Amino acid sequence: MTQIVSLEEAIAKIQNGMTIMVGGFIGCGAPDQLLEAVCEKEVKALTVIANDTGILGDAMSQLIVKHCASKLIATHIGTNKETGRQMTTGELDVKLVPQGTLAEQIRAAGAGLGGILTPTGIGTIIEEGKQKLVVDGHEYLLELPVRANVALLRAHKADKAGNLVYRRAARNFNPLMAMAADIVIAEVDHIVEVGEIDPDEVMTPGIFVDYLVQKLPREVSNVG
Amino acid sequence: MDKEARMEWLVKRVAQEFETGDVVNLGIGIPTKVANALPEGIKIILQSENGYMGVGPAPETGKEDPDTVNAGGQYATILPGGCSFDSATSFAIIRGGHVDATVLGALQVDEEGNLANWMIPGKMVPGMGGAMDLVVGARRVIVAMEHTTKTGGLKILKKCTLPLTAAKQVNLIITDMGVMAVTPKGLVLKEIAPGLSFEEVQACTEATLIKP
Repeated sequence: MTQIVSLEEAIAKIQNGMTIMVGGFIGCGAPDQLLEAVCEKEVKALTVIANDTGILGDAMSQLIVKHCASKLIATHIGTNKETGRQMTTGELDVKLVPQGTLAEQIRAAGAGLGGILTPTGIGTIIEEGKQKLVVDGHEYLLELPVRANVALLRAHKADKAGNLVYRRAARNFNPLMAMAADIVIAEVDHIVEVGEIDPDEVMTPGIFVDYLVQKLPREVSNVG
Repeated sequence: MDKEARMEWLVKRVAQEFETGDVVNLGIGIPTKVANALPEGIKIILQSENGYMGVGPAPETGKEDPDTVNAGGQYATILPGGCSFDSATSFAIIRGGHVDATVLGALQVDEEGNLANWMIPGKMVPGMGGAMDLVVGARRVIVAMEHTTKTGGLKILKKCTLPLTAAKQVNLIITDMGVMAVTPKGLVLKEIAPGLSFEEVQACTEATLIKP
């Protein structure tokens, strides 16, 4: 059953050395208040899986700036110079993955698949060390599922059964990560009663979501 | 033509590559300008790989929506008829051959259609983002860029030396000096920017250009 918890209760689930997934795309759809709380708790040695590491100054970027992560799996780090600096000095182990591949690796983990076959990366350094398969004369890379201990999501609306609705481009990786972690925590703009979201409008079924945290109203945001 | 006029020619020339109804993904920088240069009557559908179809113009000041940003993280709008989706659907659209064309910049491109645009080892490693999927999945890959680097360095080569984004996927290269098609024989210089000669374009190109 999905529970509504405080920010502190939610963050208590995150321990040093865990693997966490974080929704969002350059800050859009990222769970800013959960991320700020993780940084304040000074959690260490996390493996972070996310599309990017935000823009220097935003909540996502602080996860790197405050040295909460020792390993990162992402598709793009160009908007946060600190990530590149820590990668160069060896403080942070960075693995860069094509965006479509990361999305499918996460989806595969949540969907009980043993991996996916993609043409992306063939003939590039991405194929190094990976198994190649030929299907109908076309070459593909076998990419393995990616899962996490905890997923931190942001949704626009949730009912108390945990059903989630996202808004516009803030959806991105959130619904995929909702399926691919042991503990799923969503930071939500509006929490409504059961029955107030039409079943046809639900984007992430509530059974995937363990904890809802009410996002506190405040000035947004850090994109643009 | 001066540099500015040649860049304008480049953007307009890219914009002539589309037909009404084409689904197109535009990269950051020069490609983004193409949306404003479409010929009269041509209506294309722009995809943004962070998760929506129907990219509109930048919002007016004061009307920015933090939940609507483009693939570069800037505030954007979604046109009526557009729709939003998750990253897996977005890349199913891209990888699955549902995007008619992608336009993107390059650090290097070569006569086999190899493209390098995601890293310079030891100098710049921003990551590939969605570029590798776009170049593999889009039906047509159009490179739109300045013909040489700011210091005059060659970018259109016999063989890329930087790590590739994808192998043999580029179809067309449009620069401020001309239009080159990637063919089994090599690069065919289909069009030359006004005021330039074949020899002048070749002098700025390592790959051997073929007269059409």
